[in-house]
Amino acid sequence: MPKIRATMNRWQRIGEHVIDEHDGDVCQEGGTPELRVSRDGDELHVSFVGRWRLDSDLPPADAAVDQLRSSPLPGAVRIDASELGAWDSGLLTRLVAIRRAAIAAGVRFDGHGLPQGIARLLDLAFAVEAREDARRERTSPGLLVRTGETTLEVWNDLHALLRFLGGVWLSARRFARGRARYLKSNLVLHIQEAGVEAYPIVSLLSFLIGMIFAFVGVMQLRPFGAGIYTADLVAVAMIREMAPIMTAIIMAGRTGAAYAAEIGTMKVNEEIDALTTLGLDPIDFLVTPRMIALVLMIPLLSIYASFMGIMGGMSVALVMLDVGLVQYVQQTIAAVGFNSLFGGLFKSVVYGALVALAGCQQGMACGDSAMAVGQATTRAVVMSIVLIVVSAAILTVIYINLGI
Amino acid sequence: MAQEPHIHVDALTVGYGSFIVQRDLSFAINRGDIFIIMGGSGCGKSTVMKAMIGLKRPVYGVVDFGGESFWSAAPARQDVLKRKFGTLFQAGALWSSMTLAENVALPLRQYTDLNDADIRELIAYKLSLVGLAGFEDYYPSELSGGMRKRAGLARAMALDPEILFFDEPSAGLDPISAKLLDDLILELRDSLGTTVVVVTHELESIFAIGNNGVFLDATRKTQLATGDPKRLRDEATSFVVRNFLSRGTAEGDEQDLELARPPSP
Repeated sequence: MPKIRATMNRWQRIGEHVIDEHDGDVCQEGGTPELRVSRDGDELHVSFVGRWRLDSDLPPADAAVDQLRSSPLPGAVRIDASELGAWDSGLLTRLVAIRRAAIAAGVRFDGHGLPQGIARLLDLAFAVEAREDARRERTSPGLLVRTGETTLEVWNDLHALLRFLGGVWLSARRFARGRARYLKSNLVLHIQEAGVEAYPIVSLLSFLIGMIFAFVGVMQLRPFGAGIYTADLVAVAMIREMAPIMTAIIMAGRTGAAYAAEIGTMKVNEEIDALTTLGLDPIDFLVTPRMIALVLMIPLLSIYASFMGIMGGMSVALVMLDVGLVQYVQQTIAAVGFNSLFGGLFKSVVYGALVALAGCQQGMACGDSAMAVGQATTRAVVMSIVLIVVSAAILTVIYINLGI
Repeated sequence: MAQEPHIHVDALTVGYGSFIVQRDLSFAINRGDIFIIMGGSGCGKSTVMKAMIGLKRPVYGVVDFGGESFWSAAPARQDVLKRKFGTLFQAGALWSSMTLAENVALPLRQYTDLNDADIRELIAYKLSLVGLAGFEDYYPSELSGGMRKRAGLARAMALDPEILFFDEPSAGLDPISAKLLDDLILELRDSLGTTVVVVTHELESIFAIGNNGVFLDATRKTQLATGDPKRLRDEATSFVVRNFLSRGTAEGDEQDLELARPPSP
């Protein structure tokens, strides 16, 4: 090991030697870096002494720059590098600062004392003037400006949303008349993805939710000797509220997010532009088939979720209560009316449309970077869940008023 | 007798919101031209092309195809006009969920009544034109960048368009692939009589294929010259144009360069 280290050190020295020789300079590491500033009549002398590398503690250029900012101004700045050792970009940054200050003060900069390599690099740094308009303003805008900008942004987003909804409406009419251009194989694929492939997770979660409801029911109702009504509780809660909502939330995270990511990526890759230039409507082609898939499959999944929830509830009730299988099933059938079935089904149709709309809308509104796809996906899920819960509340109030 | 221009652009102004990218563009593209939209990076070449292929409504101005204004046509008519041209996007823009064959087949299935066997033969023919015979069942992600571009070209040619648009065809290609693509563009023009519009800043391509063009400038936000790129290189009155086309080695007075800056407010 020590041998290897010694070899490496030697290589390093050779490397530095080569660099220094290349600069036409004497090979020398030099001691502590020092910046010496002195006035010689009308001339400002700046000498760089020692080893000017970024890994040593470099003094700032302030001593020289201050001289160029205060009167009386010198007539010229002369750089002296006769005692300079090894150097790298650390030296250049100080030189650039001094030269910039000299230019600002209108003072002549004399770099003849610099080794050729440094002088060339310095000239290169000043070869192209900094574009004043390229620098970004970092000032934070005032409250009024921010409020105005946010308002405009919200207004524009609202516009885009309405345009999208209008586009979906027109597209739905074209589908109804059979005049839309889309791929039937894609529709089948979306139905499969949003249907069969979602079964395992929907089964698991709704079974567990049914069990949780049954636990709560048993604990609360058994003291009154009304334990058998757990069957009513589980069945009505699952069919009317929980199965549609849980299915929709699962599908928002699973399929709505996927829609936003798929469509967003297509947008980034100009695939949507490619559709448009062929005269194919992206909404007909991408959005409406996905909407059809979810509007068909979420209600079906929701019916299945109700069934699984009732199974979960039953498994708990049979263990914890003194009821038989037949009795529990009869109690369940008696509890579920047409209103509950229809009410739940209608809700899940609404949720399906909302999840598909949120996912596709965010995908279509996606910006054109990888980060924008991530944001679109996040927004799609958040938007779906908010829409689901809000519409659940509204529909529940409507149902109560209609006596359903 | 003057030739009737195939595409005619008049007083075209494009921008995003209140931000103008290019203004007052007027040029004519003849049948069988290879027309180059050239200019430095970020001068709005691609945006101008988007206004020509119907992706971005211009702020002002006219884009005429064979005497018919695109942007004042009804949407249904626009769709018909769109089918007369094919577009090759910068990265190919193949539909990534479909195989190459399905990509090329999509426009054919949507707009023709061909049966499956005919479509299969057409796909094989178009893919062989771009040197991708046998790649029918590959997905775009399984191909290299150059192959994706060529596949994109096969799809753009699916409906035998009268006009082909290319957005930076040689960007991201190695010199040999770029040369092959250039040769292919020339071949398509010569054998099919297709009018070709190319957005590029690759000098080699510009001189190898272009016989007409327009030079867009980022600072003045308008066109500086139109015509054959080779002639522009030698004879353009604008120093900026000559300097660009000769890779920064044009002789000229800085005065002219000064003029290229936008007028100070």
